[in-house]
Amino acid sequence: MSKSRNLALGTALLAVTAAPVLAERLGLGRAALPEEVSAWDLSVQPDGTGLRAGSGDVLTGEEVFAEKCASCHGEFAEGLDSWPVLAGGDGSLRDPRPVKTVGSYWPYLSTVFDYVHRSMPFGGAQTVTVDETYAITAFLLYSNGLVEDDFVLSNENFLEVQMPNAGGFYVDDRVTAEYPGFTVEPCMTACLPAAPHVTKRAAELKVTPTDPDGKPAGTLPSLTMAAVIEPAPAEAEATPVEAEPEPAAAVDPELVAAGEKVFKKCAACHKVGEGAKNAVGPMLNGVLGKPAASVEGFKYSAALTGAGAGGMVWDAATLDGYLADPKGFIPKNKMAFAGLKKPEDRAALIAYLSQFAP
Amino acid sequence: MADEPTSRRAFLRQTAAAGAGLVATAAALRAEGADPLIAQVQDYASAFGAPVDATPYGLPIRHEAHVVRRNVEWLTESPVSSINFTPIHALEGTITPQGCAFERHHSGAIELNKQDYRLMINGLVDRPLVFTFADLMRFPRRVLTSFCECAANGGMEWNGAQLEGAQFTHGMIHNMEYTGIPLRVLLEEAGVQPAGKWIYVEGHDASSNGRSIPLDKAMDDVLVAFFANGEALRMEHGYPVRLVVPGWEGNMWVKWVRRIGIYANAVESREETSKYTDLMPDGRARKWTWTMDAKSVVTSPSPQAPIQHGPGPMVITGLAWSGNGKIARVDVSTDGGVTWTPARLSGDVKPKALTRFHLDYIWDGSEMLLQARATDETGYVQPTKAALRAIRGVNSVYHNNGIQTWWVKVDGEVENVEIA
Repeated sequence: MSKSRNLALGTALLAVTAAPVLAERLGLGRAALPEEVSAWDLSVQPDGTGLRAGSGDVLTGEEVFAEKCASCHGEFAEGLDSWPVLAGGDGSLRDPRPVKTVGSYWPYLSTVFDYVHRSMPFGGAQTVTVDETYAITAFLLYSNGLVEDDFVLSNENFLEVQMPNAGGFYVDDRVTAEYPGFTVEPCMTACLPAAPHVTKRAAELKVTPTDPDGKPAGTLPSLTMAAVIEPAPAEAEATPVEAEPEPAAAVDPELVAAGEKVFKKCAACHKVGEGAKNAVGPMLNGVLGKPAASVEGFKYSAALTGAGAGGMVWDAATLDGYLADPKGFIPKNKMAFAGLKKPEDRAALIAYLSQFAP
Repeated sequence: MADEPTSRRAFLRQTAAAGAGLVATAAALRAEGADPLIAQVQDYASAFGAPVDATPYGLPIRHEAHVVRRNVEWLTESPVSSINFTPIHALEGTITPQGCAFERHHSGAIELNKQDYRLMINGLVDRPLVFTFADLMRFPRRVLTSFCECAANGGMEWNGAQLEGAQFTHGMIHNMEYTGIPLRVLLEEAGVQPAGKWIYVEGHDASSNGRSIPLDKAMDDVLVAFFANGEALRMEHGYPVRLVVPGWEGNMWVKWVRRIGIYANAVESREETSKYTDLMPDGRARKWTWTMDAKSVVTSPSPQAPIQHGPGPMVITGLAWSGNGKIARVDVSTDGGVTWTPARLSGDVKPKALTRFHLDYIWDGSEMLLQARATDETGYVQPTKAALRAIRGVNSVYHNNGIQTWWVKVDGEVENVEIA
């Protein structure tokens, strides 16, 4: 018996040795520490997996929402401009223009908590505490008419909340519902009973970006008529001719460049440069030296309007204070931004903003 | 039929029919005597050109400055949570250069360096692990080419023709050759427990853009990639590490990957419930619509690539792709779908990758209703928009793979139209 058994064993061993290297561990990486997993694994699932202990009530949620969310989503979660509408839309999903909100569309409350806690507010993600997230979630349930104003949401009662559209989703069925009908021998001749005609033209909508000549943006230039293109700048011309005197004191170009990067944190809401318009926040051309709350056409908070009426002017000092702690510097203003903690970031941003004339 | 030239006899027959137009064009070119570009010595044929190192990392010549990604500003409220479009009307072949490949960010492209990069694998695994970029470079690698198409590509066209140009109607797509680690290898390093049926992948950026992927797919062909088209990923494509999920919607191709969690169930994140679900006419929605079905589009001629040369020989070209495998054939119609002609598939046909097609054609100068229709190796034939609308209505936003119609007019200008 021993011989054949040994042979079998030997074959088994050989098979193991010959197995592809991929099946073996390489021993790379290191163990993830529990506190690291806790810091990064913030996900919350419909069955409550990942939910952290805490609670928040509707009224607190309303306050936090007003401070951190309303500048885009509106005070009542109705959505400003084209920012997402979070409330309403009840029963609209079969309409020509369905309104997909937390109340009308989202199947799971866990998704609201997960997204607010991990990814909101826009431009200041991961600044909402667990309790604030419960409060905001409670407020969103309230604003959708799903709970009363004395409701308190916590990890204890989280799974009791039923979302109205929880049953409104089904798993992709294209394989059975569509593929059989579209898996056919392709027709090659006489595929339509009559010659088709044009029924709609995109050109009539005029919503495509255009080049200066009115053609769709990016239209290929003529291959036979050379466009008038400036000759490539020669080496000598690159040396600046005696430039016009710098307006005021010259600003360190490196600082300005650094400030341009910092400005990315602001660019979601504020525009600068040629043609800049008011957006979620006022446009910032010429902000240095301008009285607070003085950009035409922008609807400021009462707090900021008051500051402007009181004579406050945006200069390096006031901007620095405001950017360091927007809510502390001017309480109850509506800018939903946590602030720039590093003094060098603020200095760079102010230098950058100083480059844009009114 | 890949790489078979169109029948020469058919080509000559068409040429004869359109011969008059051809002669006229040739005569016009000859009319004015010797071409000074030939008869006279040009500066560039006599003096020095640019030295080496003039641009240590080169950009396209300035004459191609129009070939850039473009944004449609009214589509989104903020450019950091937005999308732009690949200039597919101006590109050829199949590989999309990174510098003009469409971008989709949910909270802006972040600047992360290799030294600070960390990847965590946790959840239902034997060994929760953290990898540095240096660790990742020591795992076995593979190379694959795959298209990445936003699920919303063509989403503006559900209600009817809206945007003028293949870049805007079909440009939420790119196709790159990636080098990276099969995700299976990393998951085996951590040891997925039997209860683990889903992975959840999220990014380092503020949006995190987390998406759930069933374990079967994760163990099949998903790549944790760090090179694209032979060089490091560009920042806007997820430098230093992104996920490549062949054949599945672009939103799942998480950029700046920071964590892969293994769970028993899907997380049902915001990106896979409130977005990237397909609302149907009955008010219910399809979820987990991951696969990008077979699709094609004529990239030239198209509204941004009109016919400039008048009647005669021309090249009709475009792209075809399928998330279910290889493209088997592409047919082209010039009469709005009454009759179809097989196009030539050019170059290598790879599964779940862009495939280039060409049709050598003699244009008689009359109007065309130009269409392409892809068939993939499963036998699925790209449907008409009308056929899709009959099933899905017009509010499903995503996964519009219907046949596109370009109206080519007698002057060679091209419009995006709907026909019936």
